[in-house]
Amino acid sequence: MHWTEYFPPLMEGAWVTIQLTVYSTILGAALAFVFGIGKLSSNWAIKGVSVAYIEVFRGTSLLVQLFWLYFALPLAGIAIGIDLRLPPVLAGVLALGLNIGAYGAEVVRGAIQSVHTDQHEAARALNFTPRQTLWNVTIPQAVPEMMPSFGNLAVQNLKDTALVSLISLGDLTFRAEQIRNFTQDSTTIYSMLLVTYFGMALVLTAVMRGLETYVSRWRTARS
Amino acid sequence: MTDPIIKFDNVVKRFGELTVLDKLNFEVNRGEKVSIIGPSGSGKSTVLRILMTLESINGGVVTVAGEPLWHERGPDGSLVPASEAHLRKMRAQLGMVFQQFNLFPHMTVLRNITEAPTKVLGLSKKDAKDRAEELLELVGLADQAQKYPHQLSGGQQQRVGIARALAMRPNVLLFDEPTSALDPELVGEVLNVIGKLAEEHDLTILLVTHEMRFAREISDRVCFFDQGRIREEGAPEDLFTDPNEERTREFLKAVLS
Repeated sequence: MHWTEYFPPLMEGAWVTIQLTVYSTILGAALAFVFGIGKLSSNWAIKGVSVAYIEVFRGTSLLVQLFWLYFALPLAGIAIGIDLRLPPVLAGVLALGLNIGAYGAEVVRGAIQSVHTDQHEAARALNFTPRQTLWNVTIPQAVPEMMPSFGNLAVQNLKDTALVSLISLGDLTFRAEQIRNFTQDSTTIYSMLLVTYFGMALVLTAVMRGLETYVSRWRTARS
Repeated sequence: MTDPIIKFDNVVKRFGELTVLDKLNFEVNRGEKVSIIGPSGSGKSTVLRILMTLESINGGVVTVAGEPLWHERGPDGSLVPASEAHLRKMRAQLGMVFQQFNLFPHMTVLRNITEAPTKVLGLSKKDAKDRAEELLELVGLADQAQKYPHQLSGGQQQRVGIARALAMRPNVLLFDEPTSALDPELVGEVLNVIGKLAEEHDLTILLVTHEMRFAREISDRVCFFDQGRIREEGAPEDLFTDPNEERTREFLKAVLS
């Protein structure tokens, strides 16, 4: 097998990796906002659930979370009589999204808290409700603050997708393993794997930079 | 004489051990322009912040237009601490201009002014825009509507702050050291706008300031605050030229020299 023949299966795997990254990052971002805002709630139940989610998913290994969702959950389901078997893609997206969402929630919380009290006072003087203040005043100013950390988390997430190969999902790493088992050409195949991940990370970083520029455009407006 | 629009009755405000307002009694009549002067830490700004409901009180009663601000009347007529709904209702009568402008940096000048009228008062986009353009005309910034606050000078930003507060049509406008954060050459343009507003006889103005000459020019009455109380008050010409209290004299001498 010539090394150029590695490309088609690798690209197939890369496509799965891209989808996993995109879906789980979007899920993670949504969870980050829900629980990051939740952690700042004055309602103790909402706050408690948010803190519990963040701490559980930051405090346990992603690999264990993945195995738990894919292998343990169905067995737990059988014990109580419900079918909880997840397709590998869903288990992968869920584990990655829940994990990155927990880290993202802390970023969201920190960014919201960094908005100056001046802004809250102005909003109060104009008689905005707390909810209007959050969505119209605080969050639009907090989002640009979140972007550099979100960029890091997205790249982190891309690299973490390699773990899903362990639940037999045909991602980039899984395909590379298959080829290596077949050809024993470890050096070539792992080098190609490195370069491919690095290339995808570069593109992702560029996308996140673009997004950052977009959400902070009010900061850079010129007269 | 009608009832005062603002009344402080034995109001106490403490920050921890520090007593900022010490049984303050203070009244402002409808349409009156009152300046508050005094050394820093004397509780001047706290009076405005209590009225804008940014600071609560520890004792006494504040009334605005005859209704208690920080209290509500319970079923038996006694005063109970105000609910958020009551504060919202009361706040609608007041507007505030901040020392640091506190504009929303992520909104254009126009949106800074239209945001609250549309979201809070429920004005249509068009009505809010018309109102904003009228106000920008008034403060002399009609051509800056599409800029962001950071693209404006401090004086221009403060004029936007004034327009933003006016867009909510308050009965009482509170100015918290509106020119203290400005470079000296930009103070005049802001004072001009405030002076123009002072000519409107319906609007009640409460101004905390260090600009003595300006206070003297626009005020019906000047109050000298010292250690959480009004040490002396009176018509500007009396208070500035012939104060009764030694403390007032010292303060004026220090700031006017």
